[in-house]
Amino acid sequence: MFKKILIANRGEIACRVIRTAKKMGIATVAVYSDADARSPHVEMADEAVRIGPPAASESYLLADVIIAACKATGADAVHPGYGFLSERTSFAQALKDAGIAFIGPPVNAIAAMGDKIESKKLAKAAGVNVVPGFLGEIADTDEAVKIAGEIGYPVMMKASAGGGGKGMRLAYSEQDVREGFEATKREGLASFGDDRVFIESPRHIEIQVLGDQHGNIVYLNERECSIQRRHQKVVEEAPSPFVTPKMRKAMGEQAVALARAVGYYSAGTVELIVSGADKTGEGFYFLEMNTRLQVEHPVTECITGLDLVEQMIRVAAGEKLDFGQDDVKINGWSVENRVYAEDPYRGFLPSTGRLVRYNPPATSDGSVRVDDGVVEGGEVSMFYDPMIAKLITHGATREEAIDKQIAALDRFEIEGPGHNIDFLSALMQHPRFRSGEITTGFIAEEYPDGFHGAPADPELLRSIAAIGAFAAMAGADRARRISGQLGQRLDPPSGWQVKIGDALYDVMIRGDDVTVNGEAIELELEYTPGDRLIEATVNGADLDVRIAPARSGFKLTTRGASHVLRVLPAHVASHATHMIAKIPPDLSRFLLCPMPGLLVALHVEAGEKVEAGQPLAVIEAMKMENILRAEKAGVVKSLSAVAGESLAVDAVILEME
Amino acid sequence: MLPIVEQLEAKRAAARLGGGQKRIDAQHSKGKLTARERIDVLCDEGSFEELDMYVEHNCVDFGMESQKIPGDGVVTGSGTINGRLVYVFSQDFTVFGGSLSERHAQKICKIMDMALKVGAPVIGLNDSGGARIQEGVASLGGYAEVFQRNVLASGVVPQLSLIMGPCAGGAVYSPAMTDFIFMVKDSSYMFVTGPDVVKTVTNEVVTQEELGGAVTHTTKSGVADVAFENDIEALWAARTLIDFLPLSNREEVPERPTADPFDRIEPSLDMLIPANANQPYDMHELIRKTVDEGDFFEMQPAHAGNIIIGFGRVEGRTVGIVANQPMVLAGCLDINSSKKAARFVRFCDAFEIPILTFVDVPGFLPGTAQELNGIIKHGAKLLYAYAEATVPKITVITRKAYGGAYDVMASKHLRGDLNYAWPTAEIAVMGAKGAVEIIFRGKTPEEIAERTAEYEARFANPFVAASKGFIDEVIAPHSTRKRIALGLRKLRGKQLENPWKKHDNIPL
Repeated sequence: MFKKILIANRGEIACRVIRTAKKMGIATVAVYSDADARSPHVEMADEAVRIGPPAASESYLLADVIIAACKATGADAVHPGYGFLSERTSFAQALKDAGIAFIGPPVNAIAAMGDKIESKKLAKAAGVNVVPGFLGEIADTDEAVKIAGEIGYPVMMKASAGGGGKGMRLAYSEQDVREGFEATKREGLASFGDDRVFIESPRHIEIQVLGDQHGNIVYLNERECSIQRRHQKVVEEAPSPFVTPKMRKAMGEQAVALARAVGYYSAGTVELIVSGADKTGEGFYFLEMNTRLQVEHPVTECITGLDLVEQMIRVAAGEKLDFGQDDVKINGWSVENRVYAEDPYRGFLPSTGRLVRYNPPATSDGSVRVDDGVVEGGEVSMFYDPMIAKLITHGATREEAIDKQIAALDRFEIEGPGHNIDFLSALMQHPRFRSGEITTGFIAEEYPDGFHGAPADPELLRSIAAIGAFAAMAGADRARRISGQLGQRLDPPSGWQVKIGDALYDVMIRGDDVTVNGEAIELELEYTPGDRLIEATVNGADLDVRIAPARSGFKLTTRGASHVLRVLPAHVASHATHMIAKIPPDLSRFLLCPMPGLLVALHVEAGEKVEAGQPLAVIEAMKMENILRAEKAGVVKSLSAVAGESLAVDAVILEME
Repeated sequence: MLPIVEQLEAKRAAARLGGGQKRIDAQHSKGKLTARERIDVLCDEGSFEELDMYVEHNCVDFGMESQKIPGDGVVTGSGTINGRLVYVFSQDFTVFGGSLSERHAQKICKIMDMALKVGAPVIGLNDSGGARIQEGVASLGGYAEVFQRNVLASGVVPQLSLIMGPCAGGAVYSPAMTDFIFMVKDSSYMFVTGPDVVKTVTNEVVTQEELGGAVTHTTKSGVADVAFENDIEALWAARTLIDFLPLSNREEVPERPTADPFDRIEPSLDMLIPANANQPYDMHELIRKTVDEGDFFEMQPAHAGNIIIGFGRVEGRTVGIVANQPMVLAGCLDINSSKKAARFVRFCDAFEIPILTFVDVPGFLPGTAQELNGIIKHGAKLLYAYAEATVPKITVITRKAYGGAYDVMASKHLRGDLNYAWPTAEIAVMGAKGAVEIIFRGKTPEEIAERTAEYEARFANPFVAASKGFIDEVIAPHSTRKRIALGLRKLRGKQLENPWKKHDNIPL
C-alpha cells in the first residue's frame, strides 16, 4: 500500500480523498494555488505545497509542477480527483515515467476514452449503441451552421476536450450557432487547451464501473442525472426510477464490455442517453466514458456501501477487488443535490464572495452526508467551479431520501454569495420530480420564466405566520426585561398581526394555545432572540425555519422560499392599514451588471436603436461569457461603463431612453 | 357614570378628535398617522399619559379668537417604551397644520422641563407647517424657547426627533440640535427655505424631495440619521433605539438579558482580512460577529459610508461602535466621515456609553476638495472627540492604521483603555512603498522594491507598536468578542475626569 498520496485537486473532492486516505492510514499532501492558501483541503492534509497563482492554467493544470511537488514531499501516488488533470493522458504518462502511481485508469484507456470523437468510434466498434450526431471536428462557423442544419435544431455544441458543462452550448437557431460557436471554441481553449468542437444531440443516465488490474470489472449500478441546467448536473440519484433490473443488467454489461475492450481498471463512468419515451428498456445509447471519479459518486456509495476512493486506491496499489458482481446490491435510495454559488432568483447568475455564514445541516444520524471543501469565512472564488457543497441523503425509499433532502436544505445556512438552496428545495418538492417523470429538459420546461421561490401552500403560510408571531413575542418579552423600568415588568402583547405579501394573519398566543385567524394550531418550538434557526413542530410535523431580522419583522426561509413578515402587535397593526405600499423604482430602463465580472464588450453606442434580444454587452465571469441582451426594443440613451472595466453586481452599464 | 365624569369623557373625546374627521382622513390618505396614533405605536400600549389636553391658543388677531381647538396642534405627555419612561410631543397636523403657536411651544417646553428634571429622554414627532403666522413674533419666541431647552437638555437626556411631515424654516433647528433624527420617505422634508424661495432667490428649480427629503438628508447632507418607508417603521425603530440608550447622563447604560455567550469564538474572523492587502472586506461582518446576537443599530448608514457608527450590546449592555469601512473609499477619513463619527463619539461620551473602535484606515483623503473645504478643522473634530472622551474606550486595529489617522482613531495616546491589534495589523506612518520612496529618494526601482520589502517586514505588523506599548496585546481575530467583553467588564469601574472648564472649544 502507498505511504503518501498527493491529491492533485482542490475543494470538496480534495477533502473527500484526504478523508479516505486518513481512514486508511495513508499520509496526504495537498496542493494549492494562491487563491486556496487558506482552504480547508490545505488544512486537512498532512503537508501542503503551493503550486502557483490562482488561475487553474497556472496552478492545478501544471503537471510538471505537481510532479515536482510529489518528488519534494516523497508522495508515491497521486489522486487526481475530477476535472483539472484527471483525464489528461500526458499527466498519467508523466507520473508513470516518474515512477509515481496514478490513482486512476491506465494511460491507454484515458487516451481511448478522452477524445470524445475517438471514443464513440471505439464504442461503435465494440457493438455498443451510439446516438446519432456528428462525429468530427468542425473548422469554422459556416461549417457548424451547415452541419447543425442537417442534424436539425436544437443542437448542442461542445468543446471536444471539455467537460462538466464548460464549453457546452445549446443552440435553437442558426443565429445561436453563429453567436455561440466561436465562444464555445474559446472556452474549450481557455479551460482545457483544446480547440476542436463538435456537435451532437443531447441527453443521459450513467453506469459506474470499477475494475482492478487483474481483469476483474464490475458495474455498481446506475445513477440518474437528468436534472440539469445548461448541461450542468444539479440533482443526481441512485438508483434511477426509470431503470428496471433487466435494463440495469443490459446497461451494466455493455458498460463492462466497453471497459474491458480498453483494458480499463479503477473507477469509471459510462454515460448513456436513455429515451424516456421508450419503455422497452432498450432505448439507451453510449454518450461517453469518464475515466475518473464522478462528482456524484456519493449516491453510488450510499446504495452500495462501498468507498469508491478507497477502492481506487486499493486498485492502484495492485490489490484485487474483494467482491464480485453478485455481491453488488442496492440498499435503499440516495439523492444528491449540488449546492452552487449561483442566484436562482436572478437567472442563476454565478455568484462569488466570502461565506459570511456557512452551516451545513448536521449529519449525525448517518442519513445525511455533506461533501464540502469550504468553511465559514472562506471564499467562493471566481477562479474555479462554483459548487459550494454536495448534499447527499440516504433513505429506504426514493420518497424518504427526497424528504430528507427537504429537511436538510431547510437547515442549510449560507450567507454571502447567492446560492441555489431554495431552488433545490423547490425541485425536491416538485410533484413531477417526485413522480420520477424527469428528463434533461425538466428545469427548462418547469421554470420557463425563471425561479421565483417555491410555491407555499396556505397551510405552510399559516405555520410561518405563527412562527413569526412567536419570535416577535419572544423578542418583545426579552425587550421588557430591560433595566430601569418605571413600574412592574409588562407582559408582551399576546395578539399579533403578521403580514406576508398582501395576506394578513391574526395570531393569538396565550401560553401554549396558539390560533391563526381564529383556528387553533399546534405549535412547539424554542426560540431565543438571536437564533438563526428555529426547529418547530407544527401540528405534529417538523418544520425547520431559518430566521433573520428585518424592519418591523423577520425574514423566514423554509421549504424553498423566503418570506418577509411584517409582525406588529394587534393594537399597532390597526394603524398599519393607513400605510401606503411603496412602488419600487423602475430599473427596467437600465441595463445592470448581473454579476461581478469583466465587461468584455459593449456592442452599442449612445443613440443607437436596438431590437429586443439584440446583444448589448458581454460580461465575463467565472470563465463564462454572458451575453446581455435588450429586453425590449428601444434607443440607447447613454453608456455608463466602458469595455475592459471590472463591474460590481448591479452596476449600471447603460441606460435606455 | 356620574355626570361629572361623563362630561370629562366627552371633553376628552372632543379633544382627541383634533382637527376633525375630515382632516384625519386627509392625513391618512397621505399615508400618515395622526399625532395620537403615532404615540400609540411609539409607547407601550396604554402607557401614554397626556398633559395639557385642553390648552388653547391666546391669539386674538385675524379671526383666530373664534377658532380654538383643544390641545392647540400638539399632543404632549409621557409614556413608557418597554417599561422605561420617555417624554413625547407629537405635532398634530390636523390642527392648524400643526403650526407652532406660543401655547403650542409652551406645551413642548413643559414636558422638556419635566424630562430634564426627572432624567428621561425626549422624543419629538414633528409634523408642522411652521410658525403660526397669525401670532407673529409670539410664535418665533416660542421656537426660541424650545431651542433653548434643546440646548440645555443636550448631553443630559437623549433627544430623538422623528420628522413625519413638513419641517421648514426656523422649525428645523429644534430637531437639528437633538441627538438623532429619523425621517419618513416621501412624506417628510426639512429645509431652511423651501423650493419657492430657492427659485426666487437663486433661480434654481428643485423639488421638495430633492431639497430636503428623507433620502437627501440621510445620504447627501447627513442632517438626518436614518430614512424609513413609513410612519410605523420609523416609530418602531425609535423604540428599538431607545432600548439602547440610558435615560439620562445620570443613569448607567441599560442592561437586558442575552443568551449570547460572552466568549463566543468566531473562527471565520481569522480569515476576514483578505490575503491581498488592497482588497476590501465588509467591516459590518466584524461588528455583527462581535456584538450580542448580531444586533447592530446603525446610524447614518447611507451617509459617509467610509465610517460606520451605531449601537450594539455586549453582555446585554450598550456599546457605541465606530469602525472604518474598507469597502468605501478604502475606509479613509474625510470631512463627512470625521464629522459623522465625531458627533457620535461625543454622544457616547456624554451618556457614559463605552466606545468600541475598529480601525482599518489608510489615512486622510487627499485632494483640493478636502483641503479647501477644511479637512484640517473637520478631521480635528474626531481627534478632539476621542481625546476628550472619558468613557471606556477599546480599540481593535484589524489592518491598516497609517499616519495621523492612526492617532485619531482612539489610539493609546488619546487615552485608549485597551488597544488591541490583530496579527494582520500594520501600524506605520504610511504604506511601505510611499515610505521607501521618501526615505530612499532617487534610488532605482529595483532598490526601491528591495527596500519596500524590508520596510514591510519591519513595519507591516503590529509588533513594533506593541514593543512600544502602543498596542496592549496582539489578539487572535476569533477571540475578539471575548477580549472586548472581558475588557468592558473590567472597565466598568473606570474613573477619569477632564480638568474643570466652563466648556471646551471644539473646532466647530
